[in-house]
Amino acid sequence: MTRLFHTVAALLFASMGSAFAADAPVQIEAQGTNHEALYMFIFFVGITLLITKWAASRTKTTKDFYAAGGGITAAQNGLAIAGDYMSAASFLGISSLVYASGYDGLVYSVGWLVGWPIILFLIAERLRNLGKYTFAEVAAFRLSHGPVRTFAAIGSLVVVAGYLIAQMVGAGQLIKLIFNIEYTYAVMLVGALMIVYVTFGGMVATTWVQIVKACLLLIGASIIAFGVLSEFNFSFEAMFAKAIEVHPKHGAIMEPGTLISNPIEAVSLGLALMFGTAGLPHILMRFFTVPDAKAARKSVFYATGFIGYFYILTFIIGFGAITMVSTNPEYVVELGKLALKGGNNMAAIHLSHAVGGDLFKGFISAVAFATILAVVSGLALAGASAIAHDLYTNVMRKDQVSEAEELRVSKLASLALGVIAVVLGIVFEKQNVAYMVGLVFAVAASGNFPVLALSLFWSGLTTRGAVWGGYVGLGVAVLLTVLGPTVWTDTMHMGPAIFPFKNPALFSMPLAFIFAWLMSITDKSECADLDRAGYESQKVRSETGLGAEGAVAH
Amino acid sequence: MTRVPVDHDKNLHIINNPKYAELVGQRNAFAFTLSALVLIIYFGFIFLIAYGKAFLGTPLAEGMVSTIGFPIGVFVILTAFILTGLYVRRANTRFDDLNREIIKEAHQ
Repeated sequence: MTRLFHTVAALLFASMGSAFAADAPVQIEAQGTNHEALYMFIFFVGITLLITKWAASRTKTTKDFYAAGGGITAAQNGLAIAGDYMSAASFLGISSLVYASGYDGLVYSVGWLVGWPIILFLIAERLRNLGKYTFAEVAAFRLSHGPVRTFAAIGSLVVVAGYLIAQMVGAGQLIKLIFNIEYTYAVMLVGALMIVYVTFGGMVATTWVQIVKACLLLIGASIIAFGVLSEFNFSFEAMFAKAIEVHPKHGAIMEPGTLISNPIEAVSLGLALMFGTAGLPHILMRFFTVPDAKAARKSVFYATGFIGYFYILTFIIGFGAITMVSTNPEYVVELGKLALKGGNNMAAIHLSHAVGGDLFKGFISAVAFATILAVVSGLALAGASAIAHDLYTNVMRKDQVSEAEELRVSKLASLALGVIAVVLGIVFEKQNVAYMVGLVFAVAASGNFPVLALSLFWSGLTTRGAVWGGYVGLGVAVLLTVLGPTVWTDTMHMGPAIFPFKNPALFSMPLAFIFAWLMSITDKSECADLDRAGYESQKVRSETGLGAEGAVAH
Repeated sequence: MTRVPVDHDKNLHIINNPKYAELVGQRNAFAFTLSALVLIIYFGFIFLIAYGKAFLGTPLAEGMVSTIGFPIGVFVILTAFILTGLYVRRANTRFDDLNREIIKEAHQ
């Protein structure tokens, strides 16, 4: 294993070297900034490969691979969760949203944060007490495993695929811009590194790469925000005054505006942001990496703190970009307009240059890339668990699989997911994939979350109800997104949208609950009696940890 | 008959232990109250965005450009954090102590 690892790592570095070398001469003339970013990025990759090598030596069992052996502490897990959540989409995306629309960006930050208390109060410790590796196990705990875990695995894979597309396309564009390598190679590089981290290092490597990146991102964002505030003698009032003066929308950036156009959109988006988090497989799987329910709780507390702090920073960064980036001809296409050189997601990157020059821009670019790498690795691992642990081992082979075989299948699954991610990244290159994150949250809130929540809290839920509710929620969320303005009109150019709203959760989420309820109460099968009979024992275990690994010490 | 793998003696002992009802009752009451609080605060914020745009755009004080919307947004974020802290503190002390007693008694 170790030798194989060395070979892959060596090949990877060699291919990176040649990819960069081919472009290097042009690069030096075009822009001097990219070298700092390149060196720092190679340094980061080197560190992560060392982490992976160390992690590979500790990844021997399926428990190591899926759950880092359950040996992650609460603080480490809090950082890793925050890392999963602080994707490039939130760092570059939210700061650019604030740059373009001001106050509206805060709506997303707040919505994404308030999902966390709900996860803590209702989900986290129950998940830890009932499951081993995937949330599908918990959703199916007292139900018939075949159908329910198949649904939950499909729900996981839809979320993973959507998220992967958004991250891969973002990564390709970012790398192309910063390191000047071709989009296709950039996407392949991300895919290759992701495969190495996940297949060799499993959850141990994925977690530590995430922790390193979370620290770098928090430090980097803090420095940018500090640089911005020091420009204005730490007066928000002065920063806002300057922003209003230079922004084309002027005073309108200080209140909610066009981004959320009507109450239905606002509530629908709010629902998806808040409850979507509780249906994201790569987030939920982190609760299995800690030793017990107590640590699961504490890790949410840490994560909420880190994420909240980070969102406040992105907000300062967005306003900082209005004042320091939009006013500088070095960064904008045309003065007086907001359009940025290199695309509209570059507000934070340009701002880092305005604050700290070439070297700091290099650092932030490398951190942005590291962010993407770490997030796609977490996604790939979640997808691999759904395929290997839920679909293959449990559903197809009825748990009659040796540990070694399951481990092999999970590694093959991560390899396959890496290849698929690269292909999807290439296919979607020219598409505007901004809607993907919205779709992912709508699916997670309408499919995964209702099934998980009902199975934990409603004794009447049956297998038939769970499967119906889940597929209806998932299907309607996808369908309404496709028929809505973002995909139908803006992406596919098919004319006026058939479904008038951008955010489907307000419709798809209640439908999931209604179908789950209706198909459960009318379910008179023997299977349903068995489903309901298991609730009380499930509840004892979910509340007290009786029978769970590493439950409260006794 | 259920699909849930369970030690029936211990399970029954726990269900019949009044401390179990106490734990579940208290912890769930606390968790649901806090969840309701988060929901009210957050959807209050969402409704302000939908119907109270002008209110969120009110200046903090005469002659200032900072609007009331910013402290409100930060307040929602901080409240979410503080409420998670409150829950964790109580759950990791009082509720876990009770939980430990229940498990211990079930093992006797």
